[in-house]
Amino acid sequence: MLIEMKDVWKMYPNNVHAINGINIKIEKGEFVYVVGPSGAGKSTFIKMMYREERPTKGDILIDETNLSKIKERHIPLLRRRIGVVFQDFKLLSSLTVYENVAFALEVIEENPAVIKRKVMDVLDIVRLKNKARALPDELSGGEQQRVAIARAIVNRPDVMIADEPTGNLDPDTAWEIMDILEDINQRGTTVVMATHNKDIVNTLKRRVIAIESGRVVRDQARGDYGYEI
Amino acid sequence: MKFRTLGRHVKEGTKNLGRNGWMTFASISAVTVMLFVVGAFLLLILNANSFADSVEDDVEIRAYIELTATPEQQEELKEEIEATANVEGVTFLSKDEGLDQLIDSLNDAGGAFESIREENPLNDAFVVRATSPQLTESVASEVEELPYVESVNYGQGFVERLFAFTELARTIGIILIVGMMFTAMFLIANTIKITIIARKREIQIMKLVGATNGFIRWPFFVEGMLLGIVGSLIPILALGFGYSYLYSRFGQQFETLFFSLLPPFPYLWQIAALLIGIGAFIGVWGSVMSVRKFLKV
Repeated sequence: MLIEMKDVWKMYPNNVHAINGINIKIEKGEFVYVVGPSGAGKSTFIKMMYREERPTKGDILIDETNLSKIKERHIPLLRRRIGVVFQDFKLLSSLTVYENVAFALEVIEENPAVIKRKVMDVLDIVRLKNKARALPDELSGGEQQRVAIARAIVNRPDVMIADEPTGNLDPDTAWEIMDILEDINQRGTTVVMATHNKDIVNTLKRRVIAIESGRVVRDQARGDYGYEI
Repeated sequence: MKFRTLGRHVKEGTKNLGRNGWMTFASISAVTVMLFVVGAFLLLILNANSFADSVEDDVEIRAYIELTATPEQQEELKEEIEATANVEGVTFLSKDEGLDQLIDSLNDAGGAFESIREENPLNDAFVVRATSPQLTESVASEVEELPYVESVNYGQGFVERLFAFTELARTIGIILIVGMMFTAMFLIANTIKITIIARKREIQIMKLVGATNGFIRWPFFVEGMLLGIVGSLIPILALGFGYSYLYSRFGQQFETLFFSLLPPFPYLWQIAALLIGIGAFIGVWGSVMSVRKFLKV
């Protein structure tokens, strides 16, 4: 077992109940889609996994670490074991592709020689070695997302969390990204991906967790999208 | 922290100064003005204190003896003065010695009094020193009551006024300094807040990839510290050159007024160190204030 939520509740200060008692287990090496209508609690569910949000009640375990009880100063160490990718890429536009990826290692004070080797390795995985010196603005959306993925995995995390990674991309490019996520999953990294992309979920069959009104309403191995949009 | 990392923080902090040039300028100006006033008041207070100290050392009571007193009576008076509480010492000052001192103290103008040496109008006197300058007044009034004492003189009022002035300068100085310190700190905090807002994205990404809070904070500490230190350089130079000039121009000129300026060194080194210290301190404090609020991501 790698990720476990035990009776997790999340209430925001304005009395919005985002998550209402979720119990799930995600095993090491799994590929999981998180689906559900907008405002159903998907984002909160995802954010709690990398401890951007703290559950109001219940326990979230990542391996042995309990995110409900983790000390503030240990959060950085947790984040180094989790790679996160967003819909809007979150790249730094003043830095080159290489520098954007290297940034993730510099801020954890990695050795320069190691940084160089690791960055070139992941740029190879996302097939962007030849664009290392380009700035994000010179790249297509798909390429930018690949840079973001490279940054997320450069630290060799156990888990990769992707919040609508294909949300801003056209269908062909979205599939490029899925190829890379598949590849990363094949290498042993657990992937949790929140998505609205019906086509992808129904074609690349994997476990599907559907969330509505803050509850898990469906949890299927090799499931389908199940919504009409 | 690794040395390489420290280098990175210094580089980032320095870059931040350039990123919001106008706010940097405003903060540095505020620090400059504040530290200039701090330094000027320090010099004023140092000088006033040393002046007060030298005056204190000179404080003595002259008890003039009645002309009619016989040597026996004078001896009797001396014993009585010595028996008075808080008296440290008593020495006899004949009227001739008194006149010599007067003539000396007036330098060139003193010569005019040579002509009266034949019929010296001064009285013989006892010079009395109190155990502490603050007790001078009470000792003087007791001595005045003794028989054969015609009058006492101890520079009444002058010492008190001097102490009052020093105290006032100190109070005004502290109020001004504290007020300006807060202004400077507020401006520095704001400058850093702007840097943080401008770099919010970068900070968010740093947190996501697992940078520690300490790592994220460091460049802002460096930025604040630089604002403070750069702001202290101008007042240090201005006060250093200004005071040295003042000293070389007027330092000795006041000596006839029992007052001389303190020599510039080592005092200027101490003040420079203090100003840099205050500058760096409010810089770091200002950055701590804004960083603490903004890094709760």
